[in-house]
Amino acid sequence: MPEDARVAPAAPTSPPAVAGGAGVGAGRAQPPGKTKPPRLPGESRWVAALFIFPAGIWLAAIVLYPLVYTLIRSLFHDGPVGQATSFAGIQNYIDIFTQSDSFEAFKNNVIWVVVVPALVTILGLIFAVLTERIRWASAFKIIVFTPMAISFLAAGITWSLIYVDQPSQGLGNAVLTGIHDTVSPSAAYPNLHPSTQVTLLDGSSAKGYTTKKQYAAGAPAALPFTGLDLLHPPSNAQPAAQPSGKGLTGVVWNDFKAGGGGTPGKVDPGELGVPGVTVQALQGGKVVGSTTTQPDGAFSFPGLTSGSYTLELPASDFSAAYTGVSWLGPTLITPAIIIAYLWIYAGFAMVLLAAGMAALPRETMEAARIDGATEWQVFRRVTMPLLSPVLLVVFVTMVINVLKIFDIVFVMQQPAGGNARYANVLAVQLYDEYGNQQYGAASAVGILLVILVIPAMIFQIHNFRKSQ
Amino acid sequence: MAPRRKFLCIAAAAVASSVAVAGCGGGSTPSSGGSPSGASSSSGSAGHNLDGQSFTILGQWTGGEQAAFEAVIKQFDDKTGATGHYTPAAGGNEAGVLGTKVAGGTPPDIAILSLPGAIAQYASSSKIFPVSTATQQVVGQNFASEWGKLGSYQGKMYCVPVDASNKSTVWYNNDLFKTAGISSTPQTWPDLIKDAKTLSASGVSVPVSVGGGDGWTLTDWFENVYLRTAGIAKYNQLTQHKIKWTDPSVAKALETLKQIWGDPQLIGSPAAAVKVPFTASVDNVFKANPTSAIVYEASFVATTITGDKDPAKVGVTAKVFPFPSIDGSGSVVEAAGDFGCAFTKNKAADQFLAYLAGPQAATTLVSTPGSGFLSVNKNVQSSSYNDPTSAQLAEQMVKVGNNFVFDMSDQTPAAFGGTPNKGEWGDLQQFLTNGNVQAAQQQLEKDAAAAYK
Repeated sequence: MPEDARVAPAAPTSPPAVAGGAGVGAGRAQPPGKTKPPRLPGESRWVAALFIFPAGIWLAAIVLYPLVYTLIRSLFHDGPVGQATSFAGIQNYIDIFTQSDSFEAFKNNVIWVVVVPALVTILGLIFAVLTERIRWASAFKIIVFTPMAISFLAAGITWSLIYVDQPSQGLGNAVLTGIHDTVSPSAAYPNLHPSTQVTLLDGSSAKGYTTKKQYAAGAPAALPFTGLDLLHPPSNAQPAAQPSGKGLTGVVWNDFKAGGGGTPGKVDPGELGVPGVTVQALQGGKVVGSTTTQPDGAFSFPGLTSGSYTLELPASDFSAAYTGVSWLGPTLITPAIIIAYLWIYAGFAMVLLAAGMAALPRETMEAARIDGATEWQVFRRVTMPLLSPVLLVVFVTMVINVLKIFDIVFVMQQPAGGNARYANVLAVQLYDEYGNQQYGAASAVGILLVILVIPAMIFQIHNFRKSQ
Repeated sequence: MAPRRKFLCIAAAAVASSVAVAGCGGGSTPSSGGSPSGASSSSGSAGHNLDGQSFTILGQWTGGEQAAFEAVIKQFDDKTGATGHYTPAAGGNEAGVLGTKVAGGTPPDIAILSLPGAIAQYASSSKIFPVSTATQQVVGQNFASEWGKLGSYQGKMYCVPVDASNKSTVWYNNDLFKTAGISSTPQTWPDLIKDAKTLSASGVSVPVSVGGGDGWTLTDWFENVYLRTAGIAKYNQLTQHKIKWTDPSVAKALETLKQIWGDPQLIGSPAAAVKVPFTASVDNVFKANPTSAIVYEASFVATTITGDKDPAKVGVTAKVFPFPSIDGSGSVVEAAGDFGCAFTKNKAADQFLAYLAGPQAATTLVSTPGSGFLSVNKNVQSSSYNDPTSAQLAEQMVKVGNNFVFDMSDQTPAAFGGTPNKGEWGDLQQFLTNGNVQAAQQQLEKDAAAAYK
């Protein structure tokens, strides 16, 4: 797939559409004219046919025959082991649009075709214009073009690693969580939750917890939590202790000790206190005191000696850690793959367009500038129209490339697991159906792809003819 | 092996074929009727009856499994003088590779199939050939009759069982169980949920590791639950799509599953679980700082643990309990396995199948280090296994005899039960994410109807 595209970058030395037929069309080297040129001696139709014959056989065998056979096969139902059974008419084609997986594939292909060629062309144009004006333009070009030298397989794997969910592994989420945690630091105890056996607290990890009943000085509050990682407890945590002292007191502790046992709701030996948890005392809905727990989980409000208070443990200590976005999740997977694809192909477009721009007549632009046109006007009214043939070539090449997109999607679907279906494209659907020995259904997808790519092909061939 | 000897055999064959076969061949040739435990009884140079003959085998084993299987081929070659070539299917897509080879008229002599459905399909279109009577006898002597039936079509045996896996096993990290104070493994579904909650309280962030990234792990979950809530009869009906996926029994199984799959305290975020591939789901339980304590999957989890170099040792930290009983269901085992089938009428291939079904090949398969194979061959000694856990799991399967069910998704059309992220795999992944029983049933039925047509 990328190979045919990679041939193109060789063209910049003589972009066919711009340079206007320099050095192409060796086969039509005869001078133009209405009258047939006289046949040279020894040059007979038979000889010509003889020379074309091997290539003709070859083409018929590896292009024509498979195409016709695929077309025929697509009109038959599939047996269990891949044999064609009864005539199906266009049922296999209808199925593409009625089955959810293949329709998803079709839908995604449409997204690819609508979005990617335009983006690639625009990005390439921006880079090409930029390289006209900066120092170190060659270095810049090399850097942007480098991804073209990487196979889709390797690029897909690389980007899959960037998109890994865990911020500790995936660059994407590492950046996102880094930014997020700078703004709002993550909670100390995302896994800690109130004991399910003794329910003294209301609330959730997102809202924080409040006690159901009120506490007064002299009657210590024991607030049992569970879920502390017992193999790696906080380094400063000490065995929980029921506090003694003046005023309103209590303990926040992990009501679970290694090996189990103990009475739920009671501070048993071996159970750890939870240090550093913020505890607020509320009276009439107003915060009247705030403190944090000691290494043994104890907290106290020495000032609150009379009256009864509701205790609140704000969410900031418990809320689940922000872990970034699910890059390869249902909604983002196709955009995520498209970004990887742009990374590869922007350089390709840039090189073609930069070559095209280099070949533009400088005088026209100079004339426009002398006539008082702004840079934007020059770009919009002079450069763009002159460059449009190259823009079109890039665009159409990308349409063809994108229609048959397979490898990068296939590779990046692997780490997406159950979300892979949301990235499905027609070529992958074809491959899956082939794997299931549904050769009829697979053939139908193949033929559909051919039909979709034909207009772009015709345009491309037409364009080549014109340039010759 | 000596050329002269081969020449003599051929010469003799020209004179009196039956005598020649008996004289030059081993005990397991079809014409000799087979000896009690098949090919294993013939030994030494006396068995060189296949000198110069070769056969090809297509499978999907790679790594340790491939090494073990090739060891079996070598033993057979040494004994008979034949040459067997094993090739793993390109891209791991055996069905696709085999399908095109068969359609193109160049099938391998033997293919290893894991799908009884495919066996029936190939048999019904006469793409595979019945095994000889002698081979059939070897299978009969070594396997419970149901295993022979799985390789048969319309009463004729086409394929021989090679290996098996026990799919009703739940693996757990014994250290974390100890930390949580769980002294006995859960016997029932509510016990499992209760223990998982205790594990959560003990600080295990995701007590039950669900490898939803690979849809087949979810089909295995479902099958074990369905087998216990609906029974063997319904299980087999659903397998053949004789009852619909919209059946109330399916709803019940999904609701039961939801008690675990739908509880973030037990399996963590479903959106994350649906991305976790099978191997990672195992590593999460047995890696150095485990985040999970329980993972359900088949006996081959042991291979993953050793293959991924997890620090947990199988049988010590990595232990296993039978899939718990639900609503008082009795002990039932779900199994899966691979079968060897002959796609050509190659004499060497047929003899190799007989050899595969014999205890000697099975012993080599299970005893090669790193293979992870289990066998339901009755004549394999428990001591042949590399670790007692594998031996115990194999024994469990041998002991239940015919009282087992075969993996459901392995028996359904591949488009439904065998395509990553599509069909049943995709639908259960969807169900894991959204917990919508009704929607799941309808989608499953729609996909099944399309695949079974």
